[in-house]
Amino acid sequence: MIFKKLALAAVGATLAASALSVAPAQAQENGQFVPGLVYRTGPYAPGGIPWADGFADYVSLLNARDGGINGVPLVYEECDTAYNNDKGVECYEKLKGKGPTGGASVQPLSTGITYALMDRVRADKIPMITSGYGRADASDGAVFEWIFTAPVTYWAGADAIVQHIEAQEKSLKGKKIALVYHDSAFGKEPIKTLQALAEKDGFKLDLFPVPHPGLEQKATWLKIGRQLKPDWVIMWGWGVMNSTAIKEAAAVGFPMNKFVGVWWSGSEVDVRPAGMDAKGYLAAQFHGAGANYKVHEDILKNLYEKGKGASDRDKVGDILYNRGLISAVLMAEGIRTAMTKYGNKPMTGEQIRWGLENLKLDDAALDKLGLKGLMAPLQLSCKDHEGGGKVMIQQWSGAAWTPVSDWITPRRDGFLTEMYKESAAQYAKEKNITPRTCN
Amino acid sequence: MLYREAGQFKTSYAADQQIFPILQDRVGIAVIAAIALGVLPLVATEYLTTTILIPFLVMSIAAIGLNILTGYAGQLSLGTGGFMATGAFAAYKLSTAFPDLNIVFVFLGSGVITAFVGVLFGIPSLRIKGFYLAVATLAAQFFLLWLFNKVPWFTNYSSSGVISAPPRAIFGDIMVTGSSAHYTAKYLFLLVFVGFLALAAKNLTRCHLGRAWMAIRDMDIAAEIIGIKPLQTKLSAFAISSFYCGIAGAAWAFIYTGSVEPLAFSIEISFKVLFMVIIGGLGSILGSFLGAGFMVLLPVILTNAPHILGLNIPVDMISHLEYMIFGALIIFFLIVEPHGLARLWQIGKEKLRLWPFPY
Repeated sequence: MIFKKLALAAVGATLAASALSVAPAQAQENGQFVPGLVYRTGPYAPGGIPWADGFADYVSLLNARDGGINGVPLVYEECDTAYNNDKGVECYEKLKGKGPTGGASVQPLSTGITYALMDRVRADKIPMITSGYGRADASDGAVFEWIFTAPVTYWAGADAIVQHIEAQEKSLKGKKIALVYHDSAFGKEPIKTLQALAEKDGFKLDLFPVPHPGLEQKATWLKIGRQLKPDWVIMWGWGVMNSTAIKEAAAVGFPMNKFVGVWWSGSEVDVRPAGMDAKGYLAAQFHGAGANYKVHEDILKNLYEKGKGASDRDKVGDILYNRGLISAVLMAEGIRTAMTKYGNKPMTGEQIRWGLENLKLDDAALDKLGLKGLMAPLQLSCKDHEGGGKVMIQQWSGAAWTPVSDWITPRRDGFLTEMYKESAAQYAKEKNITPRTCN
Repeated sequence: MLYREAGQFKTSYAADQQIFPILQDRVGIAVIAAIALGVLPLVATEYLTTTILIPFLVMSIAAIGLNILTGYAGQLSLGTGGFMATGAFAAYKLSTAFPDLNIVFVFLGSGVITAFVGVLFGIPSLRIKGFYLAVATLAAQFFLLWLFNKVPWFTNYSSSGVISAPPRAIFGDIMVTGSSAHYTAKYLFLLVFVGFLALAAKNLTRCHLGRAWMAIRDMDIAAEIIGIKPLQTKLSAFAISSFYCGIAGAAWAFIYTGSVEPLAFSIEISFKVLFMVIIGGLGSILGSFLGAGFMVLLPVILTNAPHILGLNIPVDMISHLEYMIFGALIIFFLIVEPHGLARLWQIGKEKLRLWPFPY
């Protein structure tokens, strides 16, 4: 009897093992280790999966097409954070020391995890790239030595959205703008900028916090649609909150072409569930949409035609896929720049920080990478960790995202940079950090 | 055989009333303490310390706190997350307002503040009982988080609503919070704190106050008749439980994550601590540790197991497997032993006493 059970268990275990263990992770001793803090599960998985696929595909592309960066292969390992801060910390601690030189850079794709890792990356000397999320004042490289906000921050995004509204309305004086935001660290980021702009440009700002996860917005939208009747609505949402807001906005008859979401509220997964109601909805982006760029051609040819892609073929070129791809580009180009100084071997975190601070992606460089038109040129420095990225407004046509504006340059000089500096100085004081001098 | 106390005579009241009356238990505790204090700091890697040991200790404090309230005094509470948040924000306000205040007093102070808040939310317990009280304490959970989110004073007007622990030292220049703190220093500091708090809790439950709690838990009318005042007893349980939860919240923010937003103390934390208490064993200090260990360690082991076994499973599959196995194990343990892991240990001890000659 016992023997029978044991035999059955053994057979079961063998079957399970053979099904699961196709190939044990190849440990490449002399590669550059790239940690991937992704979320393919949890409440925000619909947004996390395409981002992770884009990131993974670009890393695979570099390995498959070029044999890595300057001959140094990239060893990529993912860890699932489920958008949970504790798990994010656990993943970071698990991956940071792997490979010959430790993790190249971390990109947690969560403002909460960014905050939780901020102190740790400083202690561990690993650069953290937070493209389009995280703490905006981290653009001040003198205080936040290890954090890079390239290409844009939330504050820059808020400014660009207001610039777009101003261009449509001619003057903002006396206009009413409502901000519908996820009531968390992420959603609160643009408030300060918008309040400063409201004072400067003379529009009235109304705040509408939406509690996590954002499924209950009826009261919010009744108030917006029936009582307040603002001229424009700006949304800082993520996950299921976005499509709910679009549906509720349509239900109260708010015009979609006066409704602008931040880049996390402007992907296909946000508008598709709302159906045709979402037609005309606007979103700010720091990169293009679609798979019509050279880099996508390479990805399709080198990965998908050989069955090695991380995603489905028709998802390549989705907004969030492209964002993951760009995030991987920033890291890879940081490593490549670092190699020009330190030689073609796996780089340490400190060397990669140097690389990122000297990263220059002009039109020629972007063209060479097959990214021309997908993103705006960038140049980072010791002082400026944001790099002068630009924002464009895109509109959902019902089937695809099409740009309705040129690249908008956020007003950094004399406005945002000052705010970054002031906020960063306060952080430095709280944390007893002596800002370094950048020359 | 192993646990036979034959021959251990007690000749004084003190010996009769000690926490661990059996020699074997005392030796066991001494060994555990020696390992925790002497061996683990030397051998534990940074990963082990920061992602397993520290959260385990923090959650143990919270579990002891809830166990006092739910396990000993019988008042079901779902406000643990809110009380932990209170502790975290109180500690933040205290340490930023008084930068020279020693971190030990910051933690104790945040516990005291949370105790007051706990008493406030414990008042309804005089009129409502059982599941209805759970709903009333739920109000604490949501109200407190809303408050910390809404009033910028609590976060020192941080634009994002996130607080981050300022670097603080103990004994001159040994940093225990902030990024420059060494993980071993953090661990030892927390361990000493947990040791004192656990000892205090154990003794509290053995003194007249603990007996009054248990009397109220077992039958409140009978307890009232024999002269136990329900007002003082229930509110003291709320106060002391919240004191522990407050310190746990402060330790979570200052030692474990280093920065938190109110969302980190959501209702999920409240449930998690409640599960720890139920799985560990209601009305048992040991159970609080076992429950915290179960809830903190198992997910980490489950996520890392496929890798250790050399299986190449996609990360999303690992996460899903973790949920499934974890859920199945909770059900399994509750079916095998509804009184929790502490009861399992007790049964094990009784078996060991007779071993190897059971009759």
